[in-house]
Amino acid sequence: MTQRSLLLAVLSTLLALAALLIPLPAVRPRPQQRQIHLNARMFAFEPGSVKVNQGDTVTLVLHSQDVTHGIYLDGYDVNIKAEPGKPAQATFVADRQGKFRFRCSVTCGAMHPFMIGELVVGPNLPFWRAVVALLIVVAGSILTLRSAAPQATPHVSASDQATR
Amino acid sequence: MSQPPIKQPGSNWRFELTRLPFLYRLLRWRPLQFTLTLITLSFFVLALLTSFLGTPVGNRNFSIIFVWIVWWALVIILLVPALGRSWCAICPIPAPGEWLQRRSFIHPRRRKLWTLGKRWPRRLKNIWLQNFSFLAMALFSAIILTRPVATGLVLLAFILLAVGLSLVYERRIFCRYVCPVGGFIGLYSMAAPIELRVKDIEVCRAHSTKECYVGSEHGFGCPWLVFPGNLQRNTYCGLCTECLKTCTMDNVAVNLRLPGLDFFVAKQRRLDEAYKAFIMLACALAYSAVLLGPWGVLKDAANFASLDGWLIYAAVFLAFNLLILPGLFYLTTLLSRKLGARGEISARAYFIDLSYSLIPLGLAAWIAFSLGFVLVSISYALPVIADPFGWGWNLFGLRDMPWTPIAPGLIPYMQVPVLLGGLTFSIYTLWRILGEHGRERLTRAALPPAFFLTLATFGFLWLYLG
Ligand code: SF4
Ligand SMILES: [Cu+2]
Repeated sequence: MTQRSLLLAVLSTLLALAALLIPLPAVRPRPQQRQIHLNARMFAFEPGSVKVNQGDTVTLVLHSQDVTHGIYLDGYDVNIKAEPGKPAQATFVADRQGKFRFRCSVTCGAMHPFMIGELVVGPNLPFWRAVVALLIVVAGSILTLRSAAPQATPHVSASDQATR
Repeated sequence: MSQPPIKQPGSNWRFELTRLPFLYRLLRWRPLQFTLTLITLSFFVLALLTSFLGTPVGNRNFSIIFVWIVWWALVIILLVPALGRSWCAICPIPAPGEWLQRRSFIHPRRRKLWTLGKRWPRRLKNIWLQNFSFLAMALFSAIILTRPVATGLVLLAFILLAVGLSLVYERRIFCRYVCPVGGFIGLYSMAAPIELRVKDIEVCRAHSTKECYVGSEHGFGCPWLVFPGNLQRNTYCGLCTECLKTCTMDNVAVNLRLPGLDFFVAKQRRLDEAYKAFIMLACALAYSAVLLGPWGVLKDAANFASLDGWLIYAAVFLAFNLLILPGLFYLTTLLSRKLGARGEISARAYFIDLSYSLIPLGLAAWIAFSLGFVLVSISYALPVIADPFGWGWNLFGLRDMPWTPIAPGLIPYMQVPVLLGGLTFSIYTLWRILGEHGRERLTRAALPPAFFLTLATFGFLWLYLG
């Protein structure tokens, strides 16, 4: 490695980390009250994907259509259960950005562990940060490799004849 | 070091782990493999029993939780990235067949293996069979991963097949050419930072008796049909360390090394292995969408909600694995060959060579995918230890431990660095493989395949975070 390529490697790693971590001023739309109805059946939620904005007060209303299902929302302290015909609800403030999976929390059949939906709290900055980091990593790797010292062509000795 | 001279800065760095007296003695201790295998075999037997006799509810059945969450996490997150094929050394599936062949558990007694000793057909001396056995399982994965009986049938089929093949063919034919798991462990073990190699190839050349291959009173000939003197890659070495025990010249070592050197052994690259890389990457994408995604249609189709739905799913799945992803990559290699003015090498060979750059990203993708459900579901392990069959036992009072996802909010923050690290490793691999054909126009040649790798990574980021 040349000094230049080392520098480039360190620089792009730092830049990628910065893209992922540097705090940004939040640009939030005005918070709203939202009521979201989720229909649960074996083994999916309808709608499977829900979008809200950061700061919104969200009420999830869970309707089970066949057997008892539940909702456990990653990263938020939400865990409710609903029997068929008896909707359950939970209210919380969507204070963190990103994509959060919600999972059925009542064993409801074979595919239960994969009964998953997603709540996207926008603006989805974590995702866009990851994309920027991705681009930095790609550009950084290529620039680093370019500036690395010219290398001899790797050669494999003639000893690698087939085993048998 | 006698390693073939791969002339890259740092490439020849090796640390001989077997110089550590403790490790050396441990690896030469004959009962080691047997003892570890006995442990995994007891888990295997319990998994087999619970799968057939226990509750049909997957997440309350020992077999599902211990095979698809505990074992899976152990293999793909820990063992393969850190220790390559080490799982193969302690795998219970080939053990009964191997013991039967040897008519011994630990010490070599008779030279001749108890088997018909037929020759494995030449045409099958590749990993195509493993590619297809993996795809066949992948098509039914929603069933196998969630129904204990299906898991039981798969485990039973594996062990019966392994025993059967050991009776007909010499040594571990099942592992080497049939096992769907062995196929990808072998592929990804190339990335590992450890290796088993001979210390000095000249010693092997001069040594006519080659106990490592034929066996001796200290151990058996290589069960994997590999001559250690030729080893340049981890791909087909099961790390059983028999050769470490049999070699009378003390010429075998386990080394620490830089990860991924095996990708640069140009002469051993093959289309079947390249395809394995595509299949693994495609399956990681497909599983991430089907199993962890929010789309009920996909889940229904994979789960046989209707036969028609499944047939369409199967067709799309196979096309994606075998045609679409390799096809798109092939286009980028054509473009790369053109931009990089690398016309002297055939398009096919060029495609095969560059495909190896997918391996690090593929491994990273599997780790990221596994993080997505292992941390969420690992807490099922405690209740099923208490009640493996789901019959209401309560050993150790653990049965009523509630399902508690571990740090689910942090999963994306682990997936992103894993994926970006894998991508960096892939681009580096691509660059070095391209460098084998000369350094002119290297950047231009790298751009199209690097674009493909970036797009694939973007796909995972989108599925996990988008
Ligand atoms: S027994 Fe040892 S020295 Fe002889 S061929 Fe085998 S590995 Fe080489
Ligand atoms: Cu459910």
